[in-house]
Amino acid sequence: MAKFEPVLLKRIAVDHSDSIGTYMADGGYRGLTRALKEYSPGQLVDLVKNSGLRGRGGAGFPTGLKWTFLPKDHPGPIYFCVNADESEPCTFNNRVLMEKDPHQVLEGIILSCYAVQASKVFIYVRYEYGPAYRAMEMAVRQAYEKGFLGKNIKGSPYSLDAVMHRGAAAYICGEETGLIESLEGKRAWPRIKPPFPAVEGAFRKPTIVNNIETVACVKQIVDLGVDWFKSMGVPPNPAIPRDAGSYGPKLYCISGHVQNPCLVELPMGITMRELIDVHGQGVWKGRKAKGGIPGGISMGVMTEKEFDIPLDFNGPGTVGCLGLGTAAVTVFDDQTSIVDVLYNICRFFAHESCGQCTPCREGTSWMFKMVGRIRNGHGRKEDLNILEEVGNQIGIMPGTTICGLADGAGWPVKNAIRKFRQEFETYIQGGESRKPLVGLQMAQASH
Amino acid sequence: MSFLNSEITEKIRTLIGLYPARQAVTLPALHLVQDHYRCVPQAAIRDIAALLEVSPAEVHDTMSFYGFYKTEANPLGKNRLWVCRSLACELRGSEKVLEKIVQKLQVHPGQTTANGAITLEEAECIGVCEGAPCVLINDVPCSNVSLENVEKILDNLQK
Repeated sequence: MAKFEPVLLKRIAVDHSDSIGTYMADGGYRGLTRALKEYSPGQLVDLVKNSGLRGRGGAGFPTGLKWTFLPKDHPGPIYFCVNADESEPCTFNNRVLMEKDPHQVLEGIILSCYAVQASKVFIYVRYEYGPAYRAMEMAVRQAYEKGFLGKNIKGSPYSLDAVMHRGAAAYICGEETGLIESLEGKRAWPRIKPPFPAVEGAFRKPTIVNNIETVACVKQIVDLGVDWFKSMGVPPNPAIPRDAGSYGPKLYCISGHVQNPCLVELPMGITMRELIDVHGQGVWKGRKAKGGIPGGISMGVMTEKEFDIPLDFNGPGTVGCLGLGTAAVTVFDDQTSIVDVLYNICRFFAHESCGQCTPCREGTSWMFKMVGRIRNGHGRKEDLNILEEVGNQIGIMPGTTICGLADGAGWPVKNAIRKFRQEFETYIQGGESRKPLVGLQMAQASH
Repeated sequence: MSFLNSEITEKIRTLIGLYPARQAVTLPALHLVQDHYRCVPQAAIRDIAALLEVSPAEVHDTMSFYGFYKTEANPLGKNRLWVCRSLACELRGSEKVLEKIVQKLQVHPGQTTANGAITLEEAECIGVCEGAPCVLINDVPCSNVSLENVEKILDNLQK
């Protein structure tokens, strides 16, 4: 097999990679100019559909298919929202794309907007990404100056306006309807679906919400073609009904107890082990891994023995994880207590539950309290069963919440207790406890 | 009589033209106000509401959802220092970094130093995990913070 060459990250080491000058010198925006002439919007939708591109934000929904859910012959306006509220813990691929190659992202946005005939795009960037926000803001300004945004883009009949919008540090805004509510100036409470955003989204108009890496892939598909995109990755598994496959390159984040935490671009389907051993250069301090998370903490927890699964859309599910998520791998070594790992994870969800659905609001904070009690040495063996029970009952799969982020809150709890039960029991029986650092431990669990 | 100065008022008016609904300017307006006043005063909520043609209660409802915005009772200091406590950072020592910062500044997360220079906060993942442990200084990340270099970071913020 030919050596894989990064495409999405190709330009990040270029001097002034964020300026429109270097971007155009590297061939940027040619694909857009050509597509506006050669493709009808429908043809562009078909191109993306045929590529098998699936959303990179976490859910893995086929992008082209999402676009076809827009009502036919709608009088407009149609809106496009770019979800740059990358808040899943341990995930940073979108940040690097926006900071280092904002025009690649923007060209992908404009192409996607043309395909769905959106007249306005809102680029929603989480507050914490200051440099990324300013890089995108500058890219938008430069694109207007060069005529890639605004009225009659490059002499075509197509016009598009872009608005930069800043979040205010809330995880829930990554949920697409939470993002829409937040954009509209309300609390970011996810909406009941249907109607899906494609039918009734932002400002009650048909709206497409896509992730940053997804739109960057759209740009590359237009430039390099469907065959290129499908030449890498994992084809559909015939044993899984309606599996759409896992094609294309993917940005993998590696963090935690590895020697070299980094961001790498690889063909979809690399194993967790290869990612850690080769690209992360192995576990730090000469230790062994105890386990890890495959794609952001909401995807669940894996043991070291499970590291040979491929990181494609199906792989993590084969070991009981929720899915590929954001493909952000975090490793913890054999000297780490699983109790500490789960405590950290539960604290996050207790803090970030938006509070709209009672099972999630109450469930996440009770799970946090119970794991905290175990950690402080007052756990009881039956707590583990109660934790599993709560984990099983929050989310859209058991049907108790409006959005899927609750599933992601329960999943790591279920996974950790099932896969590391022995360690939890030993911890509880041994009366081990953590000394709180300067009384910070239980502080600020919730707003 | 308006509380907001004319510059902020004008900026909010310009933003209104960018969105299909006035209420969408709520977060951008709150950002402008908090950047300037280091909190969102009650009087500013009333002015924003008037400009966006919504009730002050609606602005307050949105504002209070995001723990990000501060009230007059607890304004931000000159700088906001967020210490990331996500899994990636905690695995690489963020707790010890936070402990040292707490000792050094003599404030707990959520509090501001007596000289008003630094408001200390804990952050959920700030997305700089390749440089863990990391902190966010206002909205700019600072990677690979250690017990050795953290004092220098704090000194720079005290100036």
